[in-house]
Amino acid sequence: MLFCVAGLLASSVLAVAAHRRRLASRSVYGVSFVISLIALAGALVHLVTAPSAAATATLPLGLPWLGAQFRADALAAFFLIVVNLGGVTASLYGFGYGRHEQSPGRVLPLYPAFLGGMNLVVLADDAFTFLLSWEFMSLTSWALVMAHHRVKDNVHAGYVYLVMASFGTLALLLAFGLLAGTEGNYAFAAMRGAQESPTIGALVVLLVLLGAGSKAGLVPLHVWLPLAHPAAPSHVSALLSGVMTKVAVYACVRVLFDLLGEPASWQSLIVLSLGGATAALGVLYALMQHDLKRLLAYHTVENIGIIFIGLGLALAFEANGLTSASALALTAALFHVLNHSIFKNLLFLGAGAVLGATGERDMERLGGLIRRMPYTSFAFLVGCVAISALPPLNGFASEWLTFQAILQSPDLPQWGLKLMVPAVGGLLALSAALAAACFVKAFGITFLGRPRTPAAETARETDRFSLTAMFALASLCLLAGILPGLVIDALSPVTLALVGGRMPLQSDVAWASIVPIAEARSSYNGLLVFVFIALSAPLAAYVIHRFASHAVRRGPAWDCGFPDSSPSTQYTAGSFAQPIRRVFGTSVFGAREHVDMPRPGDLRAAGMHVELHDPIWETMYAPIAGGVGATAEKLNRFQFLTIRRYLSLVFLALVILLLVLAIWP
Amino acid sequence: MAVIVDLFVQGLQMVLVLLAAPLLTGFVRKVKARLLRRRGPSVWQPYRDLARLLRKEVVLAENASWLFRVAPYLIFAATWVAAALIPTFAAGLMFNWSADLIAIAALLGSARFFLALAGMDVGTSFGGIGSSREVMIASLAEPAMLLMVFTLALIAGSTQLSTIAEVMSIDETGLRVSLALALIALIMVAIAENARIPVDNPATHLELTMVHEAMVLEYSGRHLAMIELAASLKLLLYMSLIACVFLPWGLASPAAGAGAYLVGAAVYASKLAIGGFALALFETVIAKMRVFRVPEFLGAALMLGLLGTLLLFVSRTL
Amino acid sequence: MDTLVFDVAHLLAGGLLLLSFVQLYQDRLYALLNTFAAHAFALALSVAWQAFIQDAPHLYVTAGIALVFKAIVIPVALHRIIQQLGIHREIEPVVGIGKTMLAGIGLVALSMVVMLRVTAEADPLAREDLAFSLAVILLGLLLMVSRRNAVSQIVGFMSLENGLVLAATGAKGMPLVVEISVAFSILIAFIVIGIFLFRIRERFDTVDVHALDRHRGEGGTA
Repeated sequence: MLFCVAGLLASSVLAVAAHRRRLASRSVYGVSFVISLIALAGALVHLVTAPSAAATATLPLGLPWLGAQFRADALAAFFLIVVNLGGVTASLYGFGYGRHEQSPGRVLPLYPAFLGGMNLVVLADDAFTFLLSWEFMSLTSWALVMAHHRVKDNVHAGYVYLVMASFGTLALLLAFGLLAGTEGNYAFAAMRGAQESPTIGALVVLLVLLGAGSKAGLVPLHVWLPLAHPAAPSHVSALLSGVMTKVAVYACVRVLFDLLGEPASWQSLIVLSLGGATAALGVLYALMQHDLKRLLAYHTVENIGIIFIGLGLALAFEANGLTSASALALTAALFHVLNHSIFKNLLFLGAGAVLGATGERDMERLGGLIRRMPYTSFAFLVGCVAISALPPLNGFASEWLTFQAILQSPDLPQWGLKLMVPAVGGLLALSAALAAACFVKAFGITFLGRPRTPAAETARETDRFSLTAMFALASLCLLAGILPGLVIDALSPVTLALVGGRMPLQSDVAWASIVPIAEARSSYNGLLVFVFIALSAPLAAYVIHRFASHAVRRGPAWDCGFPDSSPSTQYTAGSFAQPIRRVFGTSVFGAREHVDMPRPGDLRAAGMHVELHDPIWETMYAPIAGGVGATAEKLNRFQFLTIRRYLSLVFLALVILLLVLAIWP
Repeated sequence: MAVIVDLFVQGLQMVLVLLAAPLLTGFVRKVKARLLRRRGPSVWQPYRDLARLLRKEVVLAENASWLFRVAPYLIFAATWVAAALIPTFAAGLMFNWSADLIAIAALLGSARFFLALAGMDVGTSFGGIGSSREVMIASLAEPAMLLMVFTLALIAGSTQLSTIAEVMSIDETGLRVSLALALIALIMVAIAENARIPVDNPATHLELTMVHEAMVLEYSGRHLAMIELAASLKLLLYMSLIACVFLPWGLASPAAGAGAYLVGAAVYASKLAIGGFALALFETVIAKMRVFRVPEFLGAALMLGLLGTLLLFVSRTL
Repeated sequence: MDTLVFDVAHLLAGGLLLLSFVQLYQDRLYALLNTFAAHAFALALSVAWQAFIQDAPHLYVTAGIALVFKAIVIPVALHRIIQQLGIHREIEPVVGIGKTMLAGIGLVALSMVVMLRVTAEADPLAREDLAFSLAVILLGLLLMVSRRNAVSQIVGFMSLENGLVLAATGAKGMPLVVEISVAFSILIAFIVIGIFLFRIRERFDTVDVHALDRHRGEGGTA
């Protein structure tokens, strides 16, 4: 595994040297593809065969008395699968897409380094290596976000990302410092054994949620995500959204379940409520967007919320000693991690294909692409169906497991949990329904209907490497949905290690169903549902074509007798979201619509303005930014003092220190 | 041998559901007409309508895509599979463990997803109206349905429909407050999902008042027949669901003989008749709501579902 | 048989709670009055059932008072007063109906938590009835606080009082229930008469139909 990382880093160095050559893009992506494939295969083998001891390695880098420890246990193997699956598909996509890149020198060296950094974070086994790899991953991704630095918005996005990433690393640094204790045991193995006092444990939980949560996209620390993810090149956006957020989830899982001792139930309450709020707010933000990539980025926030709901439930069950329910919730959360990375990668690659073919990211300037780009639209449709949690695809399987975990929770004794879990269940159901609405909008406005601009009318299908990557991901969506039992069984070593329990062996269950607790209670069979649908639709079509008419005639659209040739009379993204904006947006976003209607006789065009406020930015970040700016203004005066004043400052500091020394007992 | 008999009974249920759906729609229309002092069309008229539509030529818009042509079959398949998994005359049929209530609700969600996409395909403003309103209604009706499913599952200890029906029919369950709230929430959601008054008018073609009809405006011929049949199936599904959960008596148990099945079928037919009559009466008595009152209506259903779940979390006897 | 008896009692109390929510949902005055009549009718049924369970015949009198006075007389009287004084018939909520109902759910959760914790060792049937009663009282207060119309504030006060009567009858052996409910009913009658007879409509936010004159000329086709 480490050799793969070394290979990735070496290829990035080579790319710096050779980026001007013609074949550089293809070779870099090709090498990354091969290396990621090897890493993926290795991680799969490790997870499935489940050796009793984890593979460890120590390199003589890093802290002198510790070295750099690396370890691949079941949890790391699972997340390595997620990371490298993303790497494989993004590299394959980049093979074809990389030709569109205007400034390859800013992307090519950093891409394999980014992949290598993510792998290192998952493999790290001591705090120093972990933090170093985390920072490396953040910096390479920041540089990739700034790759198209001439676009004005990207600079702002990069700046916000850098600030939030630094803040996150600071929080993680403090958390690991607290975990290491006063003796400085930075190795994870030592942290596992040590017992912390409850206050230290509480502080660590909060700091980890701040640090890793901001990288994952928990509300209210998500603000950098919708700015930075769309700014990067498309396959990098896919990696940022689909994979890097999962690495942050890995950090949370590692600390909360592995390194800390027994969790307290109020900590699970925090995780649960953050997860629920993130899920609902993320999808509401996504519904208000008309930029395709920003919509997908906000959607990542929603799915991270769903994952954290599962994690919160697992913590709550673990705090109360219900291990099988805890295993169920943890399996649901990790299954959703895998599913989300699959379909989010697919959707971002599709959005990149659309961007490459039309040059537009704004949905209101697209339309009718289903006829111009049939294969891309089919793959994108599979992604949309999967992310809306519709059977028989994989999104539904993990949401079903999460719902079953929620149904186990009346046994929890704490009152806070008793009131919060039904509310979170309601929020989860609401966010699932709103996600389906959001993707009807995304697919409908972008691909269906009539083209709204000449760019959309003249789009061409993307190259076959990108299509192969997308179809590979789409078929994984279907497979994971039809055979979820395989994934659940593969996850059982992870849950055994983390919470000490596991779900019942799924391969024992007949007909490839999945059974969360016991067969008498509930089960779901994705394969049968898929087979039923796949049989009945063609059967109906055949019967009708054979015995009734199969004639087709083309004509103009009926449109209730008012045919309109202008494509601008179609629904736009804003108009599609208007009912939902009226229902939910007036309270959450302060949405106001204002119609500017000219008086009769005035020839100017009418206009409709929609005003939306981002409540989190306006209540949290704008005051902080304002405060920091004001303080910086005041402190700026220290730049311009005379020499005498500087000397007196030094003198004052010395006197104060001596005073402290004198008074200290 | 037993496997073949089970398979036969399951297949019989699927065919029964398919054949009974237009009859239910025709019955509701007939009762509504009689209550309005009209004679009304015959109860067999929906069958004649379907046959006529199936024989007609499809007129497609020039820019309709493959999705537009495939969607009616997908919608029909998803709705039929969902409807076939609900116990009608017998519980515990062969494939009922493959999808529980959550999966059935999600299958209906798939059908709605493709219907909304088909509405947007041709690129007219009517399709957009229908799709956008439909997803707004769905964004509130689906959570209400799921919370109601939670309430039922917490009482019955399972999300499998056969188990729920069994638990509901024993004495110990009793009349519980959360069950009453779940029943009211389910009725409200059923009205919204089936596009009935007061949420949507199934008999209108005025653009300002329609949701479901706006999405299928461009469909004709056999495609329209499939969609109409899917809508009838959905109505049958919801009535069977209410009958199976809240009036669970008369369901034949898994191993009973043909006599029990016949009795179960007769009881089921009477439950459908009662439900159809109640629906027609309700639709005649009440007026249609404005579109932006529908979120409040469904919000109330969501609150009732949440209240039912909350009561069960807080107290085991409520 | 025992559990069926208790279940019916719970069901009636839950029905009262449900009708309180339905009151919160209404935005037209006549519909609110009809809902209140149903609320009082449900209260009468519940008190009568309690009288049957506890074998306390004086509670039948309370049920009779609730039925005659609150389910029939007061709604009819308010109906006629609204017609005669021309009070405008739309109720404006202070925050939207959805948010009010969300607050209602929060209040129900609160009353459940409070009652079930405070009365941990009492008889389970009485505890849950008390929890429902507290919820009905809080929802009545919410109705008073969140509507701008005077009549809805009166209706809120009366449904609050219904909750009190429910609590009083649920607790076995509370003395003078009949006398207390008669006293409350006379109090309400005086309030209603006092408000409208002396025309204190200026004290409330908007009661008069002439307030609509300000908006004449706005609005378009349906």
